[in-house]
Amino acid sequence: MTRYVMVADLRRCVGCQTCTAACKETNGTPPGVQWRKVLDIEAGQFPDVSRVFVPSGCQHCSNPPCMEVCPSTATGQRDDGLVTIDYDLCIGCAYCIMACPYEARYKVDETAFAYGGTPTESEKLKAKEFPIDVATKCTFCIDRIDAGIAKGLVPGKDPEATPICVQGCISGALRFGDIEDPASGITELLEENKWFRMHEYEGTEPGFYYLWDKEAPL
Amino acid sequence: MSVMKQMATARRQNYWDLRAAGNFIGGGTGVGLIVAAAVALMMGEGSYMPLLIGMASLSLGLSLVWLEIGKPWRALNVFFHPQTSWMTREGILAGPVLIVGGLAFWFHSVLLTVLAAALGLGFLYCQARILKASRAIPAWSNKTIVPLILFAGLTEGMGLFLALSEPSQAFVLAGLALGVLFEAVHQGYLFSLKKRKAPAASLECLTGPMASGVVLARISGLALLAVGSSGYPTAVIAGGVLLMVSGWTFKGLLVTRAAYTRGAAIPFTPTRGRSQAKAVGGF
Repeated sequence: MTRYVMVADLRRCVGCQTCTAACKETNGTPPGVQWRKVLDIEAGQFPDVSRVFVPSGCQHCSNPPCMEVCPSTATGQRDDGLVTIDYDLCIGCAYCIMACPYEARYKVDETAFAYGGTPTESEKLKAKEFPIDVATKCTFCIDRIDAGIAKGLVPGKDPEATPICVQGCISGALRFGDIEDPASGITELLEENKWFRMHEYEGTEPGFYYLWDKEAPL
Repeated sequence: MSVMKQMATARRQNYWDLRAAGNFIGGGTGVGLIVAAAVALMMGEGSYMPLLIGMASLSLGLSLVWLEIGKPWRALNVFFHPQTSWMTREGILAGPVLIVGGLAFWFHSVLLTVLAAALGLGFLYCQARILKASRAIPAWSNKTIVPLILFAGLTEGMGLFLALSEPSQAFVLAGLALGVLFEAVHQGYLFSLKKRKAPAASLECLTGPMASGVVLARISGLALLAVGSSGYPTAVIAGGVLLMVSGWTFKGLLVTRAAYTRGAAIPFTPTRGRSQAKAVGGF
């Protein structure tokens, strides 16, 4: 059984936001909407203080709370673990936004552009496609995955079939693949490193793993 | 590794505004009023008018939600997910409450009024569970939110009932007891929020000057009911109105002002260069 997950190596992320920019360019998200964002968190106590860049977004949970609360069944989940939204079913009640512990969902009520009323060239191409008045979120570039698989490509290995944020990452901090496939490299990464998933106590079983240190040698 | 703090990234939700709060206010007060009407009719006092007003209040609350959703013409899709969604369940129960309540009013049936009240309690329970399932908002997903919303609705409805009718002393005392219980549950809710480390901004809002004013108004209302129970109808009316309005204001605060997310949190900082990993308290 395929289960696509994302891995963010916090040791590698430099907070450049290239993934954010790549996502915005590809998905045409309006100002204020960041399906892929990099949080800048300060932690510790002076003088022992760290600044940590934490890529975040929809965690494509195994037990998605957004799907549980959705009254219209617009939010669904595929067999490969990807959490989806059917924009034609969504009523825009925003209940899923209240249920997502990762603040990954957005709803906008009008078309907007980065520089006032005049769209940039890429915004002209994408603005009409962006759904208004319904919930939206990161799809893990589901269209790239599906189109890639149709061509016999492997998501996470072949660039054309891999989410654009992973493609864009300059430091190799973001990785993507099938956690059930030993050849994907994901299992190896998780075995060789210490990792955590955010807000795990919620029982959501997120499909987003954060690496933070090497696993101690046996 | 010592455990250290990290920057809080909680922020206030801005998707559900006063229209959403209006659903919890109208629904809670409406159900409370229907329940009060049913109890009064069973005791052989009161009229069917509070039942009608209760249904109007509930309907008004639902109308406000309709105005809030992004795609109002798809509103019927709300019924598609009764398996797990408390919003669907709330919507499904709304119809029977209004139909049975309407029949009770038309036929002046005590039995149907009691049935409408029972269905109404189910509707109110669904509203409470809607908030409980909102895991992004610790002030809503707290385990004490369900009794809080139930008691809030019943108290608001009872307050309106006391203000609208000419209640017996027993009813005034029942309203007083309900208000005291609600305040006890409210204090338990605040205690639980602190214990479970809800976002500081939520606690500031729910214990700040406005929230304190709401508690003061409620206590004043209870004091007026205590006085009114000795035969001062004006005090009963004023006390009832204060109970109702303090409940409304509390819900307004809860939905629109105190609804902060938990924000991102990491349990460890990464090893990088000479910097060693640290536990930073997130989970």
